[in-house]
Order: sequence, then C-alpha cells, then structure tokens
Amino acid sequence: MTSALSTGQPIGTRPPGGAEPLLRAVDVVKHFQVGVGAIVKAVDGVNFEVREGETVGLVGESGCGKSTLGRVLTQLIPATSGQVIFEGVDLVKLRGEKLRQHRKQLQMIFQDPFASLDPRMTVGDIIAEPLTNFGMIRGRAKDARVQELLRVVGLNPYFNNRYPHEFSGGQRQRIGVARALALSPKLIVCDEPVSALDVSIQAQIINLLEDLQKEFNLTYLFIAHDLSVVRHISQRVLVMYLGKIVEIAPSDELYSVQQHPYTKALLSAIPIPDPRVERMRRLVELSGEIPSPLNPPSGCHFHPRCPIARAPGICSETEPALEGKAPGRQAACHFSDEVMTQVGRPVAKEA
Amino acid sequence: MARTAPATAMTVPVGDPVLEVKALYTSFFTDDGEVKAVRDVSFDLAAGETLGIVGESGCGKSVTALSILGLVPRPGRVVAGEILFKGQDLLTMDRDELREIRGRDIAMIFQDPLSSLNPVHRIGFQIDEAMHAHNKIPDAEVKPRSLDLLKRVRVPDAARRVRNYPHQFSGGMRQRVMIAMGLSNMPEILIADEPTTALDVTVQAQILQLLRDLNRDLGTSIILITHNLGVVAGLCRRVIVMYAGEIVEEGSTEQIFDSPQHPYTWALLRSLPRVDASRHERLRSIEGLPPDLIAPPPGCKFNPRCPFRLDRCRRDNPPLETVGDGQRAACWVTMRRAYAEMGAATITDTRPGAASGVRGSGIPAELASQTPESAGGAATPEPEALPHD
Repeated sequence: MTSALSTGQPIGTRPPGGAEPLLRAVDVVKHFQVGVGAIVKAVDGVNFEVREGETVGLVGESGCGKSTLGRVLTQLIPATSGQVIFEGVDLVKLRGEKLRQHRKQLQMIFQDPFASLDPRMTVGDIIAEPLTNFGMIRGRAKDARVQELLRVVGLNPYFNNRYPHEFSGGQRQRIGVARALALSPKLIVCDEPVSALDVSIQAQIINLLEDLQKEFNLTYLFIAHDLSVVRHISQRVLVMYLGKIVEIAPSDELYSVQQHPYTKALLSAIPIPDPRVERMRRLVELSGEIPSPLNPPSGCHFHPRCPIARAPGICSETEPALEGKAPGRQAACHFSDEVMTQVGRPVAKEA
Repeated sequence: MARTAPATAMTVPVGDPVLEVKALYTSFFTDDGEVKAVRDVSFDLAAGETLGIVGESGCGKSVTALSILGLVPRPGRVVAGEILFKGQDLLTMDRDELREIRGRDIAMIFQDPLSSLNPVHRIGFQIDEAMHAHNKIPDAEVKPRSLDLLKRVRVPDAARRVRNYPHQFSGGMRQRVMIAMGLSNMPEILIADEPTTALDVTVQAQILQLLRDLNRDLGTSIILITHNLGVVAGLCRRVIVMYAGEIVEEGSTEQIFDSPQHPYTWALLRSLPRVDASRHERLRSIEGLPPDLIAPPPGCKFNPRCPFRLDRCRRDNPPLETVGDGQRAACWVTMRRAYAEMGAATITDTRPGAASGVRGSGIPAELASQTPESAGGAATPEPEALPHD
C-alpha cells in the first residue's frame, strides 16, 4: 500500500477555499478545425476552480462541450489556449516527461465500461498498467497492490486473472475505478461514469465514489448530463451551454434559486419520480434546439432560445460575463436578477 | 407562457379494455439454452389509458411490446399466451392480418428514431407511405394530412420540412416525425419504447408534453416502456413493474410511488437521486445483479437481492396477488409486512462502504438496537431479513 492511499482525511472538516485551489482553469479554449475554415468552438473561454477534497459537477446537454473540457483538463487533448493550473503548475505549457509525471495525479473514469477496458487484457493487467507505465512497483508487490485495489472497489481480489467480458457493466465500471486509483491520484475526472448503467447499479457506483472520496481524500470533477445525479454527488455545480459556463452554484441552492434562464429551463425539464411533484411541474419550454457550435449565436449564446432575452438588444449584441452575483455563485446573464426573482414563474415562449 | 403540465392522464375518461395480454410467455432459443425473456405476463390496457411498463435492461419490457406486435426477432418467439385486441387474438392471426393491424390500429415508436427512418426518402414521403399502406385515409387526403401531422407534433416550418431527409432533422425532430407517422392512421394504441432515452432532457420534456396532449386530445391509449421512473410519474396513470421477465407489481401511479408493496419497486425508488432533494442523503443501492435468465434462481427471482426474503422465497415463486384496490404484487412478504415486522424503515445501512459493496454488509449494531420500536418487538425473522451481498 502506498502512502497516499492511506492518508485519507475526511472531507468537509476543513474550510473550503482559503488555500490555492487544486485545479484552476483560466480562459480555457478548445477549438476543432473541421474542413476548410470551419471551426467548432467546443470550449470557448472557461474559468473555474476545483478545491481539494471537493466534488464539482459539470452538467449540460449533448454537444455543450463538457466532455471536451474534461479531456482538456487532463491534457488528453491539448488546449487551444488558456491555462490549466494544477497544484500551481500550468499543465498546458508542459510537454513530454514533465507532463507525464504530473498526470499521475490526474486520472479519468470513462462512460462506457465496455469500450474503456481492453478485452484482451486481464483485469489484473488493466489495473496494473498505470503502475507498470510509471515503473512504480513490480512482481509480488504489484500483484498485492492490484488485489488491494480490487478489494477497495468491492470486487473479489482473486478476479485479477479474469477478462473484462466476464463482468457486468457495473463491475466493469468498478474495474475502471480501480485503474484510476492505481497511481493514488489527487483529482479524478469522471466522465458520465454511471449513465451507461442500470438504475439499481448506478446507486452502487455513486456510493462507491463517495466512499472512496472520504477514504482517500479524492477530488472529483463529475461530468454528467443527468442533473439529479450531479446534484446528489457534488458540492458545487457548473452548468455549461454551447462551450461556455453559464452558471456556478452550490448544489444545495441550485434547485431553489437559479440565476441563469438556461439552468431554470434545464431544472424544469427533469422528470421527478413523484407523481404529485410531476403534476405541479411548470415546464419552461425552450424554443428550438441547441444551435451548432460551428456558428454560435452572437452576444449571449443562449439568446435565440431564451424566454427573457432582449433581442435585438443587449442579449444579441453583448456577451455577458460570468460574474459573482451572490456568495459562492456566478452567472453569465444580463438579467440574472430578473431570473432570480421570478420564483418558478419565468415568462417562457411557446415552442 | 409558462405552462403547468396538467394532470391529463388523470382527466382522460378510461373505457373498456382495448388490449388484453393473457399469460404471455416469450423465449429466445439460443445456443446456450432457452432465455425466458417474458414469463406469465398478463395485463389489460383500457381505451384512453396511459400505462407505463418500467424495469431495468433485460427485464422483458421491450420483448413484451414486440410480442404484442408480432415483431419478436429470431431466435425468439412467443411460446404461449393470448394477446386480444378488441377480442381478437393477435397471436393466431396470419401475417397479412397482423400487418393490417400493425401501424393502423396499434403503432409503435422506438428509442432510436434515426434507424427507424429510411435515409433515402423524404420525411413527407415516409409519412404518406404509412397511410397508403393501410388505405384507411383516402389518397387525396394523405398529403395534406402529413403536413397537418407534422404541425401537430410541432415541427417548425412544417411546409418546408416535409421535403427534407431524415439526416436534416435533429434527434428530437426525428422522434416527432416518428410520432407523426405513428399517429397517421389514427391508431387506438401507441406503444412507445424508450421514446426519449436518446434525447436531451429539455427535448425529452417537449416529447412527453406532446404524448400527454395526444392522449388528451385524441384519446389514444399509450403504453410507455421506460427505465426512467420520473418519466412514468409524469405521463402514466397506471404502472407495471417488471423484473427478470415477470410482472412483480402493478398499480395506479400513486400506489406504485406512494406505497410500493414489492421490495424491488420499493428499493428501486429509494435508489434514485432526486434533483429536488433538500439535503444529501446516501443512496440506498440494490446490491447484487439481476439474474441470468437462462438459469434464474428458484423461487422469487428477486430473492438473492431482497433484504426481506424468507425461506419460502427461495423455494416458491410468488403469484401476482391483489394487495390493494387495483394494486397487485408478487411477493410472499410485501412491504406492509416488511415495515410492520421486519423494520424496513430502519434497513438503511449507512456505514461508509456498506451499500457500495466495499465493506461486508449486514445490519450494524447501532441499527439493530434501533429496531424494537418500528419492528414491533421480536417478530423480526433473523437472519434472513438482513441485507447481504
């Protein structure tokens, strides 16, 4: 057992903030060139912090850039511009061996537990691969470490000679978690870790992630489209729309008060497993669908679908900055005060 | 305007059964053995009703729907049972008779609208074709009706969009086209198999609103097949819960959500994170995995994962029995007894690691000491009532 794994410290006992955040994204931009002259602005100037020991949720609909952002933060794909400051070091500037050494601290769990495990490798080899790559331990010690990791994620330690196809989706996701833990990282980016799993299995994996966080003092960036799951596991939630963060809020407050009309619409659309609540639902219908990130709208990216947009006007002309509007909260909307005061009754357009 | 989704499912008058499924068995005959995908499934669908069939992958909910329409793919087939549409048994009909009913009287929409549309034909042509196939709508009315249907499902700029191809439509718009096509012959029953699972949540809300409106305005009966309990709560009047090929519980939406009697339904509802939760509570996960349908466990199929199992549950499969007004559950114990005698209210092993399988399970000492009040004394059958791995 390596030391970092055992130095688990309960989270929530230390005051948040204060010290330098574990991860800071500064004006992170990721553009993809598609064809001649066409650029997809997948991530278009994103700023946020992740403090040590916390879980930050990143939520948004398909195509909003949340997975791309996760991959840029772990440097799986290079940023077009901006800084990703991890433990005081800008990862964007690092190359080669230096980057590799920093990456040990930054691991990832993927969505599809069928595609993210090599079918020709044994479970033991899959989990040991990061250890081998960094030449950390070998032989008996490595086997012992693999077995310990299997136990930690709730699998039989003697499964190490089996192959991924022998496991169910939930068990494979546990293998993916064990692999991410192998190097005792500080930050794990979880990209839709439960969305491919059945409902009864989802809760097992969510609880596992929470337990591991307490035990090993892990920090999570939890990316998902399911706001119910994100709200449950995170202390803070970032809402993304078309390459930008439109709102940051503590997850306890998000359901009661929203400062961005998109967050409001998103929350109003989530089905709640309670027929009484469902009958009282006020759906904020958004007109149309997410525009193409190839050619995002002018001004506020959300204005063509926004129920309260002044367009033509400030919303179609000036892009709102992500600003602090209340303690711990930020929103990118010219009229966030208006959004906040309309308690559950925004003026929505008929779609 | 902000709209309050009305409780339409509650206000639609419900008539006689249009569809009766009786003791349906459907199996897949694979090289590994017979997979009993649907076992002894019986239910009625009334005219104008919205019925939800919920369950996890492999529980048999989709195969039930495919059996109704005679669309079970090889190597599967319906082994036994009756499926009566207005008194006629669909299972004894020949292929041509069934083809007449399918699409005209009973329509189906699927999860993935792209693979259900032909990529080389225009949207309008494909909707027209659905009507020409059944000759129910006079030829002269077909084209205008296609346009009307697209407007009804709220495809913007419908007059231009009828000339588009499927690839020019987004996922949500394609699902609207599928619904328009499904409605083209004014079917009495619309079966929607995970119609919103591939869609974003804001689009999902629009499609569900559309289905609600159709049920209210046209009186179309809807069978909604989904894994999402939130979707069911918003659309359906009655709910069937399936597990390992069988119906384990059936009741009104209120009964299922407020007083589930089968431990599986109960556990499933408690395992969901809710976006409107006011504080962070640990999720109560269901331990273990659904059974292998080639060799399911003897007795109740849920017994290996059930915190309330008795000896009998391992031997005898419980029948679906009435447990309340219109509510049926297949359980020897039922939650009423689990609460009264087995301390169900306290079975929440909240120690870190217990529910995720990291630690050995079992009721911790501090919980065992809490049980007397709610467990009503010494009636707790030990140790079978304990959660386990």
